Amino acid sequence: MMRRDECLALLAKRVRDEAIVATYQAAFDWMRLAPRDLNYVSIGAMGIASSHGLGLALGRPDKRVVVLDGDGSLMMNLGSLATVADANPKNFVHLVCVNGVYEANGSHPLPSAAKVDFAAIAKGAGIANTGTISTLAEFEAELDTILGGEGPIFRALKVTAGAPSKQDYAFIHGAETRQRFKAAFTR
Amino acid sequence: MSAPRGSAILAALKTAGIEFVVALPDIVTSDGLLWPLARQNDIRLVRICKEDEGIGICAGLGFAGRRSILMMQQTGLMDSVNALRAVGVEYEQPIAMLVGLQGKEPGVLPSKSAKVSVSAIEPILDALGVDHVLIETQDDEAKIAPAFERAFKNSRPVCVLIGTPPLADGAAP
Repeated sequence: MMRRDECLALLAKRVRDEAIVATYQAAFDWMRLAPRDLNYVSIGAMGIASSHGLGLALGRPDKRVVVLDGDGSLMMNLGSLATVADANPKNFVHLVCVNGVYEANGSHPLPSAAKVDFAAIAKGAGIANTGTISTLAEFEAELDTILGGEGPIFRALKVTAGAPSKQDYAFIHGAETRQRFKAAFTR
Repeated sequence: MSAPRGSAILAALKTAGIEFVVALPDIVTSDGLLWPLARQNDIRLVRICKEDEGIGICAGLGFAGRRSILMMQQTGLMDSVNALRAVGVEYEQPIAMLVGLQGKEPGVLPSKSAKVSVSAIEPILDALGVDHVLIETQDDEAKIAPAFERAFKNSRPVCVLIGTPPLADGAAP
């Protein structure tokens, strides 16, 4: 297990012009650690972060798209893994923060939280490059692959909540946030 | 009146600059439109597992400056209402939809259908403030490209409802 914010801080040190699609607690941590125009946080409906990311990746094959998903969110949209495998975007990376709870909604446990193997589900859906990361050292060693390897890439990150981040829903849902992203992404 | 032609709908998508069709199979549009789409290469077909995935994918494509439509049955539209509400309506994104009205009786307006699965659709779209047009005959084909153009020009969702199964190429009218 690793702290989510410490894990994402390692990613924040390495990002350049990648689009980072982040949802819920990962989004709040990410906005604290790496505020930038290329953050796509207006997901709108729980579960479809990876779908937004897939659309970005298909629309701009020349740009790398990294999705910071949650396990509760992905559970609502497991079929998206098969969709990604079928579309086969080379520029798409799906990182799922696995903490076993619906953290934004009272930290109630996910069904079968202790048993679900997201990397195995992703592999079974047809994504060849999958894995589970449990320590910061492992994550740091994987960053070259995450930021440079051929997609689609899927990694389950075993995390605990770190320092609290401001839950700035007004920013996430704000029109200016989307306008700034679009301007940066289509530049 | 003759049923709309799948080839005319496909041509309308090209007129509207559609580059991607994100789709789940719908029995209304399967033979006349989805299979022909699957056999051509001008427009990329993205097959999905659940309709609300398609709302996200179309939004992402829009942020990349690309035009897409989400093609589905009205049952899938009902399954996607929350995503459409959030991403399409509240975020004001051009979610362009082409929706087959499975089970609609021939010649009967959707609002007059005996089936709730059909009669509920236009009121749901109206409640969300989503622009919609009904395509029943070949006379309606000309409404398709302008409807999708409105979605992209105004950055708002638009729903094209297909009330009659489109004719496949070579099928008798």
